[in-house]
Amino acid sequence: MSLLSVETLTLRIGAKEVLHGVSLGLDPGEILALTGESGSGKSMTAFSVMGLLPQGAVPAGAIRLDGTDLLRLSEREMCRFRGQAMGMVFQEPMTALNPVQRIGDQVAETLRVHGTPRAEAEARAAETLARVGLDPERIPPSRYPHELSGGQRQRVGIAMAVALRPRLLIADEPTTALDVTTQARILDLLKRLVREDGMGLLLITHDLAVVHGIADRLAVMQGGRIVETGPTAGVFAEMRHPYTRQLFAASAHRAELGPRVTHGPLLEARGVVRDYPLPRPHPFAKRDSHRAVKGVDLDIRRGERVGLVGESGCGKSTLTRALLGLEPPTAGTITLGGAPVRAGAKDRHLRRRMQAVFQDPYGSFDPRHSVGRLVAEPLHLADNIPDREARVSEVLEAVGLSPDDAAKSIHAFSGGQRQRIAIARALVTRPDLVVFDEAVSALDVRVRAGILDLIARLSREEGLAYLFISHDLSVVRGICDRVMVMKAGEIVEDRVAEDLFAAPEHPYTRELLAAAPVLPEREREAS
Amino acid sequence: MLTYALRRLVSLALSLAVASLVIFLVVEVAPGDPAAYMLGTGAQPDTIEALRSELGLDQPRLERYLSWAGGMLTGDFGTSYTYRAPVAQMVADRLWVSLPLALYALALSTLLAFPAGLYAAARRGRAGDVAVMGATQLGIAIPNFWFAMLLVLLFAINLGWFGAGGFPGWEQPLAAIKALTLPAVALALPQAAILARVLRSALIDILGEDFIRTARAKGLTRFEALWRHGLRNALIPVLTIVGLQFSFLLAGAIIIEQVFFLPGLGRLIFQAISQRDLIVVESVVMLLVFAVILVTFLTDLAYAWVDPRLRRRA
Repeated sequence: MSLLSVETLTLRIGAKEVLHGVSLGLDPGEILALTGESGSGKSMTAFSVMGLLPQGAVPAGAIRLDGTDLLRLSEREMCRFRGQAMGMVFQEPMTALNPVQRIGDQVAETLRVHGTPRAEAEARAAETLARVGLDPERIPPSRYPHELSGGQRQRVGIAMAVALRPRLLIADEPTTALDVTTQARILDLLKRLVREDGMGLLLITHDLAVVHGIADRLAVMQGGRIVETGPTAGVFAEMRHPYTRQLFAASAHRAELGPRVTHGPLLEARGVVRDYPLPRPHPFAKRDSHRAVKGVDLDIRRGERVGLVGESGCGKSTLTRALLGLEPPTAGTITLGGAPVRAGAKDRHLRRRMQAVFQDPYGSFDPRHSVGRLVAEPLHLADNIPDREARVSEVLEAVGLSPDDAAKSIHAFSGGQRQRIAIARALVTRPDLVVFDEAVSALDVRVRAGILDLIARLSREEGLAYLFISHDLSVVRGICDRVMVMKAGEIVEDRVAEDLFAAPEHPYTRELLAAAPVLPEREREAS
Repeated sequence: MLTYALRRLVSLALSLAVASLVIFLVVEVAPGDPAAYMLGTGAQPDTIEALRSELGLDQPRLERYLSWAGGMLTGDFGTSYTYRAPVAQMVADRLWVSLPLALYALALSTLLAFPAGLYAAARRGRAGDVAVMGATQLGIAIPNFWFAMLLVLLFAINLGWFGAGGFPGWEQPLAAIKALTLPAVALALPQAAILARVLRSALIDILGEDFIRTARAKGLTRFEALWRHGLRNALIPVLTIVGLQFSFLLAGAIIIEQVFFLPGLGRLIFQAISQRDLIVVESVVMLLVFAVILVTFLTDLAYAWVDPRLRRRA
């Protein structure tokens, strides 16, 4: 008998049905990946199992854990199951822990809620923290979450979930917010725990490469239904459902870049250094500083497509802000087409020539303005565009939207469409250089593929030069001529993309490439 | 933590120095002669001159400031012109009424507000929440002096459980507490209403946080998650309001002191202002500034106690 069996689960939230008869089974010691795009219902399926649905959600069908139908249990009985029979790990390690409680206490709480006496709970919490790879010498249980890195926090989250050795572990995008090397270690940890404890793991992820690396079986969800399910290797080999094929093709997608055409230098940075002051250890101490960027030289030529890759905290955001003239470098010079880039300077021409597209398609627009006004906003920088409305229509069409969209409110658009609007806003002043700062990181794979195609087309047709910043190597690979790898404030490797991926020289680049999950080979050739 | 406390202490000392300078400048250096002002329009020139030298107004300004500020530091607040008594003693007497009253009211308000706020947050959107929110709306809307009069009518006049006013002194502790009870209730009610609302909205914000969901996934009930993980995280905005309320209760109880005939600080200021006794005004204002700054300091320390993230930051 399987450990978990979900039988024709339907879920209604208000008048809307979001799950339409989901059925799946999970055996002890097995890893089942539930994949699909945002809104496909994969998280709602997980929350239905945990009984942690939003208010007003009504599930129907059956969810059996070791034969007990969880949907028939009272809330009080569910509280006994949660944490004990089933544990859950969440996506955002930054916010999933209580910021004002020590990590040891948070892990011990799982044990104490289910009746373990305090002293024993504390001892077992310390053991569990060590078991998930937090060395008590370096990260003792008395630490607070803010003193830990993202990966360490996720380990604490896992420790809380497995402290009582539950039969079922649900992990909802557990590595999506983490760097690629950290992701690899967390996935290894999950695999090890499954093996050691014989738990069943229901892994929710949008990332097919992660699925390929870890899951025994795979279920693909679309629009509240499971459209394809089976052993991972088999599903990847056959891909019977068109949606699975689309997801796969989009995941492996490479935009059609066109030949590299560059004409002369555009952006030049020499010896860029950026220090941030650290808090003083005591009020009369000398103020120390942290060097986030350590003397970076970089060049981008007109029409060139350059990638910048690095993990969180490597200084790429700091460098980007300096390049964009948003923050002054502590030392070094930055010029765009020979003119100095100065933070705070009201240099309209310079600002016109360099625009940016950021990660969050929801946070980067003033919600009160119409799309037309949002897109036209940078036009005050430009003197050479007499007919603003015509220009707005032109860029909206260039990014694949309609000129009529200018009158609409930003609420009417999806994440991918908003990112197109952000690109239109960046293009409206006819810039020489656009900085894409994690511009596709928040998007679903199929939407991401569309945006990458758009960027590639703009490069081909308009000779746009760009700096494409991402933590995701596979994305950078498909969209850049040249890739720079940044680590601890320095650019450790800067080479033509093909060469860098074929034969990485720096050990760090090799580490990054080795840690990145990959899709199976056969289908990649096919796509 | 120590660094944090030291920093706060330095900022406390600086604030006090600046505040004393401002008060001194406003009262003594502002245009017009304090002596003439204190004596009123009908005063003789030689009386004014006598008061000027008594007040030390013929001395250089810097010297006057230093001797005033220095006197404060050593507990010498000068002599009241109208009462011919040392200001320090007058203030101390009044403080023995106002400080316990403020603490009493604050304790009552917190005791009322916490259960109400927790209950409303736990029952968000349901009948209990609506009822608590309605009651707090009323609590904020009713003027406290009117509520005080209702209390007197009911508990003092009709039921006779409490006296209608006056203060017997701390020689009879029980009688003193009894005398402060109705005023404290009158002061506490609107404060409790505000505090309950702040706590409720802070808790509701926290309930949407990811770590509450994590706590639920460990097997905590809705209320356990609220109590163990929500409350402490909601304390920062609540502490801010409590700090502000204490400062207000200490000095802002004038009307309640009038209603209950309590010899508190509020009445002292009121009298000193109406009698143009600048020495008393100056000293009491400085004392209140000190109290507010001290409460801010304690609130800052409490923040750091509640939130470990603040301990290392400046």
